[in-house]
Amino acid sequence: MTKYSLGSLVREGLFGHKRWSPAWRDAAPKAAYDAVVIGGGGHGCATAYYLAKKHGLSNIAIVEKGWIGGGNAGRNTTIIRSNYLYDESAAIYDHAMQLWKGLGRELNFNIMMSHRGVLNLAHDDGEVRQLKRRVEANRLNGVDAEWLDAAQVKEVCPIINISADIRYPVLGATLQRSGGVNRHDAVVWGYARKADEMGVDIIQNCEVTGIKTEGGAVVGIETTRGEIRTPKVASVAAGHTSVIAKMVDLRLPIESHPLQALVSEPIKPVNPCVIMSNAVHAYCSQSDKGELVIGAGIDHQISYTQRGGFDVIEETIGAIVEMFPIFSRLRLMRQWGGIVDVCPDASPIISKTPVKGFYVNGGWGTGGWKATPGSGHVFADLIANDEPNVIAAPFAIERFCSGKLVAEHGAAAVAH
Amino acid sequence: MFVIECPYCGRRDQSEFSYGGEAHIARPTDSAELSDAEWAEYVFMRTNTKGVFAERWVHTAGCRKWFNAIRNTASDEILAVYKAGARRPKVENQRLGTPSGEPAIGSGNDAAKVVRPNARSGK
Repeated sequence: MTKYSLGSLVREGLFGHKRWSPAWRDAAPKAAYDAVVIGGGGHGCATAYYLAKKHGLSNIAIVEKGWIGGGNAGRNTTIIRSNYLYDESAAIYDHAMQLWKGLGRELNFNIMMSHRGVLNLAHDDGEVRQLKRRVEANRLNGVDAEWLDAAQVKEVCPIINISADIRYPVLGATLQRSGGVNRHDAVVWGYARKADEMGVDIIQNCEVTGIKTEGGAVVGIETTRGEIRTPKVASVAAGHTSVIAKMVDLRLPIESHPLQALVSEPIKPVNPCVIMSNAVHAYCSQSDKGELVIGAGIDHQISYTQRGGFDVIEETIGAIVEMFPIFSRLRLMRQWGGIVDVCPDASPIISKTPVKGFYVNGGWGTGGWKATPGSGHVFADLIANDEPNVIAAPFAIERFCSGKLVAEHGAAAVAH
Repeated sequence: MFVIECPYCGRRDQSEFSYGGEAHIARPTDSAELSDAEWAEYVFMRTNTKGVFAERWVHTAGCRKWFNAIRNTASDEILAVYKAGARRPKVENQRLGTPSGEPAIGSGNDAAKVVRPNARSGK
């Protein structure tokens, strides 16, 4: 496989870039694998990569119904941060944060990781208290976090309106300087390319239609491209976790909702960081192309249609324009929706199940992207060892019986 | 965004309504007797159906009455509305197009459309 470097870029440029080889093979399904990952998004490709790299499992496959990275991996707003309140969440999100820092080099793929800082705004006294508490909790967990008053917020982000006269004045914000954004396609492609290099089969255009069990254990899957025998099936099908779980009669505490995002026309660099607001419900960053990337709130109805209502967009844009009056005459270029699997406690499920050999990684709600490497890393551990490691253990399905929830509604940023 | 027919007020924009989630979940009458797993089943577990789904709505900015609707969550087509307490009406001819249930119209999931363009029977 070609090593990507400045040298190879120049060399291939001399040949008109016509000699590049595909980054991964177009694999056809084999009759049997040691394990199958359902879902070729960021988490799925990361899971397969770490299974091969850390656990030496290379006779495995990723089965994807469309193309890899075409689901939620290609629909999110790529925000990276780890400033969650509870120890359990800080552990997994910061594990991901540490992996993000070296991921481009590790994958030999430019994931365009930009640690430009993430602001979480407070608009009333209650929020100020809550966010200050979160800063302290983050620091205790070794997550970088600081509290800024309104004037300091304006220093970090000069275009923000900190007037006291607006409907929801900005009273302050938390800042995680290591937070930022990256390039979603590059992450998926980078993981896929390296996984493929280690022998993982990436099977696209292959939809799972059933999971076969014998005596309470997984023995294989049925797909639109034939049956595959395997003792281990790992579902990483964000947006369709319940649909996959239903194939083994497993009930989950997940509800699926559309979540929308929008992109503006490109403008010169004006927004140097990522800004999120829970109360008015908007978040915004600027891509390297100059487009504003704006995330909306979820549509409240359960739906699998990957589109939402205009009323949700109207609310989001109203909030954005109040915070950034300079954006009021920008035109929006694209708008889309993805389906997010939301758990009642706004934390994910990374778990074994009562069906032997069937593992679930899902329910990341509105914020799964930031966790991609950490999620894949600990999920691969769970699949290989059949036991969750210390980071994954709190996210087992059993917490909904024991009551030991990891309630992260405050830190999840998107109101649900 | 939907136009929803309130059984009391008629057709109105979705922004007048609030969503109540899955319908026909009855609170157990013997909650003191239930195991943790049974209680979790009532409180947390949901069918989250892709396809024909019974759900609750309330006409918040109208008559403020609760009612139920049957909607295809794969296409967002509302198939029936009925008053709270009424029996769930039968809905027929809602076969899903592909195994993952992408309908011919109303889905943004182009991936599945490209994969199996002829495999969908529509609704």
